Amino acid sequence: MLKLNRLCKSYVAGVPVLTDIDIEIASRGITAIIGPSGTGKSTLIRCINRLVEPTSGEMLFEGADLARLGGAALRHARRHIGMVFQEYNLVERLTVMENLLSGRLGYVSAWRAWRRKFPPEDIRRAYDLLDVVGLTGFALQRADALSGGQRQRVGIARAVMQQPKLLLADEPTSSLDPKTSVEIMQLLADLAQQHMIPVLVNMHDVELARRFADRILGMAGGRIVFDGPPAALDDDVLKRIYGGEGWLQ
Amino acid sequence: MAATAPVPAGVGERIWQRFSPAQRLTRFAVYLVIVAAIVASIRTVEVIPEFLADAPEQVVDLVTRMWPPDWGHYPETVHAALMETLHIASLGTLLALLLALPVGILAAHNLVPSTPVNLAAKLILVSSRSVNSLVWALLFVGIFGPGALAGTLAIAFRSIGFVGKLFGEALEEAQQGPIEALAAAGAPWTSRMTFGYWPQVKPAFWSIALFRWDINVRESAVLGIVGAGGIGMALDSALNLFQWDRVAVILLAIFAVVIIAEVVVTQLRRRII
Amino acid sequence: MTPGSPSPRREGTPAGGSGPAALIADPFRPSPWPRVAAVALVAYVIYASAQMEISWERVVIGLENAARFFGRLFPPNFSRWDLLVKGLLESLEIAVLASTLGILLALPIGLAAARNLMPAWVSWPARFIIVTARSFHPVIVAILFVKAVGFGALAGILALTVASIGFIGKLFTEAIEEISLKQVEAVRATGASFASVLAFGVLPQVFSRFIGFCTYQLDSNLRNSTMVGIVGAGGIGGTLFAAFQRFDYDFVCAILIAIISLIMIGEILATGVRAIFIDGATFGDLLRRRRHVATGRAPVLEDD
Repeated sequence: MLKLNRLCKSYVAGVPVLTDIDIEIASRGITAIIGPSGTGKSTLIRCINRLVEPTSGEMLFEGADLARLGGAALRHARRHIGMVFQEYNLVERLTVMENLLSGRLGYVSAWRAWRRKFPPEDIRRAYDLLDVVGLTGFALQRADALSGGQRQRVGIARAVMQQPKLLLADEPTSSLDPKTSVEIMQLLADLAQQHMIPVLVNMHDVELARRFADRILGMAGGRIVFDGPPAALDDDVLKRIYGGEGWLQ
Repeated sequence: MAATAPVPAGVGERIWQRFSPAQRLTRFAVYLVIVAAIVASIRTVEVIPEFLADAPEQVVDLVTRMWPPDWGHYPETVHAALMETLHIASLGTLLALLLALPVGILAAHNLVPSTPVNLAAKLILVSSRSVNSLVWALLFVGIFGPGALAGTLAIAFRSIGFVGKLFGEALEEAQQGPIEALAAAGAPWTSRMTFGYWPQVKPAFWSIALFRWDINVRESAVLGIVGAGGIGMALDSALNLFQWDRVAVILLAIFAVVIIAEVVVTQLRRRII
Repeated sequence: MTPGSPSPRREGTPAGGSGPAALIADPFRPSPWPRVAAVALVAYVIYASAQMEISWERVVIGLENAARFFGRLFPPNFSRWDLLVKGLLESLEIAVLASTLGILLALPIGLAAARNLMPAWVSWPARFIIVTARSFHPVIVAILFVKAVGFGALAGILALTVASIGFIGKLFTEAIEEISLKQVEAVRATGASFASVLAFGVLPQVFSRFIGFCTYQLDSNLRNSTMVGIVGAGGIGGTLFAAFQRFDYDFVCAILIAIISLIMIGEILATGVRAIFIDGATFGDLLRRRRHVATGRAPVLEDD
């Protein structure tokens, strides 16, 4: 589904943030990336859909190298990659429905989008998704009237609206309280299974990762230092990833 | 305010200074320049003492001639000219909004990441602001001849800089998060504009538009002095003929219109924003 | 212009159903207002243009004129630079003195107009002065002063002083009215005199905004001082007007270039002064253009 070959990123020359990342993401399942702050988890996720430009390496997706695409080709590729953000990144002054439909902006011409003339299937799909994420009746509410958890649901729904082949999530629960975090991860897992989309999520809560992921990638110092099922995540591995012992229970 | 710089001097003694030496030097230099400028100006400005001496007399003369205002003059000339002034202000503002939008977008670096284009757009905006509407009016009277067309264009061209600058600032201050999300979903540049930026800057845009219209009503009133239409022309002819009672009526009419415009703007602002 | 167009997307009730209608509500709030406003706007433009006899033909004729006109503007003629410089200097003087006088007068008047510090019998007259000063266009005020004190720079200085009092006074009053009175209370609680309360409680809160207003007003006066000359109140405006009436368009161009340059320099200097007094920049910072120090970002201030 997605193959990263020797992906590297340096923001400042000579100071690599990502070094030789080699991963292959299968077409099902949730893969969680864990690791200390600043180790490049977010950078890795953002390199994939080119929100951050990789310095070198390949990212093979749907028969093309994402790192080489430009212009319209990049936009077409991005349509198939949905993203959920830590800060939700909704357009606050627009309604929930408009935010959902903005997931289809890669498919609808700018002129029709401006006049809000989206295809009926999109609108139907949007309403269905609202039901699935538990926000029935919120369609006409402005996004800034919602709570954090509700906004993230809209964010997830928006990503799913794209009918993506891959779902990226950049710390989707870091701004939410523990209970809501679990609800959101559950929602992500359910939707991923229902629509058969692989999910690549980075998070800093190890317990959450253990609970919901099928596969865990541990990063330290910009490299992958662990790749395996949650069951294999023991204290030694965690020490390797995070260093230090004080935080372990 | 200014950074405080604790300066350790000598053993065991820490002096607290409000400003570092470099800052003090700079501030002192600025004060010096300001005082020098003021002194130089006072010395070179030409004040003719005789004029100053009989100023009170002139003022009294002025006031007596202005009162009572020639109310009859209003319906015949002033009203039509006042309406024309309002049209000049409104059409000029609308035209400016139309023209300033693309220039403001071109000047915002986060939308159009090409520095030469940004600079060129900013140059247009600065030039527009540096030239007074009255001077623009002069230019346009030279090109299009006297009349309301020159006035409308003058108002429009002066306002482009104002609207463009403030609108550009609003664009630069927009939250990037939602824009990023739309880019990640594969939305083209135009859709990113309409779905990402426009909802965020809409209140600022209307606020700027109303603000500028309000100012333009005041500006349009005087453009007629150089022949660009509106009530300024009535004012000019009354002044030339020393008909101070008519001047009084005109001034009162201008004052009234400005107040009404302010009220309208305040009401609209509450409703739209 | 919001696209609030109603897009009816209703699906009918399920056939034979007796339950609640399975209507999918309009996802986009149908609001007629933006449409109505747009139509009204277009209608107004047509009406107003007709009233003022602005027609397309006139614009086209004018454009031909414009080409000829621009031909005569360029190249700019700087041969009478002594006249140019004299006019510019006079405008500069007018701006400097009007700003100085305006600031000096606006301070006490603005303070007096602050309703949170002053009793009503003090604040209302002060507010009245400020409102009146703002209501009239500087050119109109200049005309009146020309009548009172004669032609020349003095009329210009007085006119722009009035404008400055109106602008700075209003903003200064607003700034004072927005301060946190808790801070003032705290200083007063130390037993400080009224002057010290002002200096330590009020002024620090309003100082940086005040610098912003003053530098803006200086720029504004610079711009206005270039035009009050048109009505005889001194400065380069008079030179410009005279050149215009003599059809010396190449000299006009030279004057315009000079004016624009002067104002641009003024804005750069104003940004520098703001950086120095608000952000505590030094010459070194300014020269090295250290952004985080020397931004001197002015609050959104445009009043003309």
